[in-house]
Amino acid sequence: MSDFVARRPIWSLIILLALAILAWLVFSIWTPGMEAMFGRKRVFLSALFNGITLGALYFLVASGFTLIFGLMRNVNLAHGSLYLFGGYVGYSVGEWSGSWLVALLAAFLLVAIVGILMQLLLFRWMEGQDLRQTLVTIGLSIIFADLLLWSYGGDTFQVTAPEWLSGPVTLPFAVALRSNGEAVMMTYPLVRIAILIGAIIVGVLMWLALNRTRVGMLVRAGVDDRDMLSATGVRVQLVFVMVFAFGAGLAGLAGVVGGTFQSLQPGEDTRILLSSLVVVIVGGMGSIPGAAVGALIVGLAEQFGSVYMPTYAVMLTFLIMVAVLAVRPEGLAARR
Amino acid sequence: MAIADLELEQRARPQEGFGDWVARRGTAFWVVAALLLVMPAIASPFWLVQIIAYAMILGMIALSLMFLAGYGGIVSLIQMTVAGFAGYLVAILGGSAITQISLNWPWWTAVPVAMLVATLFGTLSGALSVRTEGIYTIMITLAIASAFYYLTLQNYTIFNGFSGFNGILPPVFLGIDWGQSLPFYYLTLACAALAYGAVIYVSRAPFGLALQGTRDNPRRMAALGFDVVAHRIAAYTFASLIAASAGVLLVWYQRQISPGTAGVGPVVDMLIIAVVGGLSRPIGPFIGALVYVLLRTFALDVLEGVGLDGRRYQLLIGLGFLVIVLFSPDGLIGIFQRLRERYRRGRDARDSQMGTGGGTP
Repeated sequence: MSDFVARRPIWSLIILLALAILAWLVFSIWTPGMEAMFGRKRVFLSALFNGITLGALYFLVASGFTLIFGLMRNVNLAHGSLYLFGGYVGYSVGEWSGSWLVALLAAFLLVAIVGILMQLLLFRWMEGQDLRQTLVTIGLSIIFADLLLWSYGGDTFQVTAPEWLSGPVTLPFAVALRSNGEAVMMTYPLVRIAILIGAIIVGVLMWLALNRTRVGMLVRAGVDDRDMLSATGVRVQLVFVMVFAFGAGLAGLAGVVGGTFQSLQPGEDTRILLSSLVVVIVGGMGSIPGAAVGALIVGLAEQFGSVYMPTYAVMLTFLIMVAVLAVRPEGLAARR
Repeated sequence: MAIADLELEQRARPQEGFGDWVARRGTAFWVVAALLLVMPAIASPFWLVQIIAYAMILGMIALSLMFLAGYGGIVSLIQMTVAGFAGYLVAILGGSAITQISLNWPWWTAVPVAMLVATLFGTLSGALSVRTEGIYTIMITLAIASAFYYLTLQNYTIFNGFSGFNGILPPVFLGIDWGQSLPFYYLTLACAALAYGAVIYVSRAPFGLALQGTRDNPRRMAALGFDVVAHRIAAYTFASLIAASAGVLLVWYQRQISPGTAGVGPVVDMLIIAVVGGLSRPIGPFIGALVYVLLRTFALDVLEGVGLDGRRYQLLIGLGFLVIVLFSPDGLIGIFQRLRERYRRGRDARDSQMGTGGGTP
């Protein structure tokens, strides 16, 4: 952190300034002039929070995607299918057991097992053949999509959030002033805040696991040079299976999370896959902090885009990707 | 080195006569060509347009993908989007039932402008994606393609959103209504043959050889003084031109266009068609497209005929694709070539046995 400040003083200043302006926008009471410019403060704030929580969901999906890509050079285009599968599993288990946490756990484990099978039965036998692996994942995504359509139909499902997470919570930001001078406070669904906190915890744990444990060391070494790692006597296949299982499991987990505050239906798999593609391209392929930054940017861009310029919302996300590719083709957080 | 040698060889070769040219194509080529030419006498209009012409249009789009992937080593998923964009431009600039958006230009200005703009779009996307290499290209082109899909879905002022355009009619030119099944078939055949010939010609021209060099060893080509990035972008331009012309045919075939035409499904389908047919030769995509169209059209009947659920044809396509990718990476062409090799080797073995046994007369 201090290293970054020392190396890039101007950028740090700009980031600090932007954060300060944002904080002021969030905490201040808006003047009529500002409301004319940005619309109502409630709209702005909910776009901001929706963007951040959407970013949390994207981070959960994309971190698995980027981990698998970074270590195995496998562009897993079936990742969206794993997300949707996890969501459906979460829905079924949640309906059966009545517990959201059990649904989360079941989705994580089941999708992780699918990931293990994919790695053991298919990708293990075509190591180093990037294109072939990608083609196989395309075939798998088509098969998964049709199997899921077969068993769950085209209806929309929603995972029910548990009692203790339902309902709104009041945040300490004033949205507007009533005529008698009393401040109207911002309210926001608790479940979304819980998901944001959950994603942050997952991210921090993942960072700790990657940077402070032996397995994490092996994974990082594998990302840098796979052949050298296996030459030192590490059972690199085992590391691959574990990473694939964990990445797939995260996608399944994210499926339940997404099914709770969005909905599950056919077609959601490609939408999520594309979002995580953009997240990973923007953030830098194979980097967890990159996935976090990319997810936040894409989530915010989607929400602000759909609030302030509805017909061109996608173009905003796309333009961000183009700009990043033009300036830093390897992504924002990639090491040079 | 190899390229310089090849060029010398080509220059040194004496001018071949027409007879040699005919013979060099091989029997299979002429049989297929003759069959395609007399097809209207054999096939019903349904087969002519819905199966063969449609397969040729899809084959052209997949051909552009095959050109990039097979000769340039660039697996681009943008081709269907370029075709879809050209189709949209024909609908917007030319005439359609959506009169408040369509500009009603005559076809001879609308079509060239549409192809030009779509090719430009393909070139720009190419320029963006060649900045990264190899497997990243798939991700970036898929992201661009999906951005286009969601743009057409959400935008009502230009692309008319979810419903798209309908009532797009093929032109009447030289007194012929090109929307009729017979003229449309021959128009498609001519375009497909032209695209096929152009790809073969370019693959043997110095540019195509240099492109194949950048596929095999970009570093060495750069060291030899070739501009690798420029070659790749030019390959995108050429491929986009083919895809754009196919897109114009596609919109005339469907007579409507909507976001689903260039959605994520069709974008991936093009890759499937090219891979199933075979990425090693230009005929591959056409074979793949024919198989795909036949599957799409008849899978429902066949599946229900054997007592399965007809709606599961997507599963069939997925499984078939997976089997091809797992067992024959060079597609149906690869299977065919291997069978022929085996047959030839068997025959050679028999011949040599007979030779040692009886002696040559």
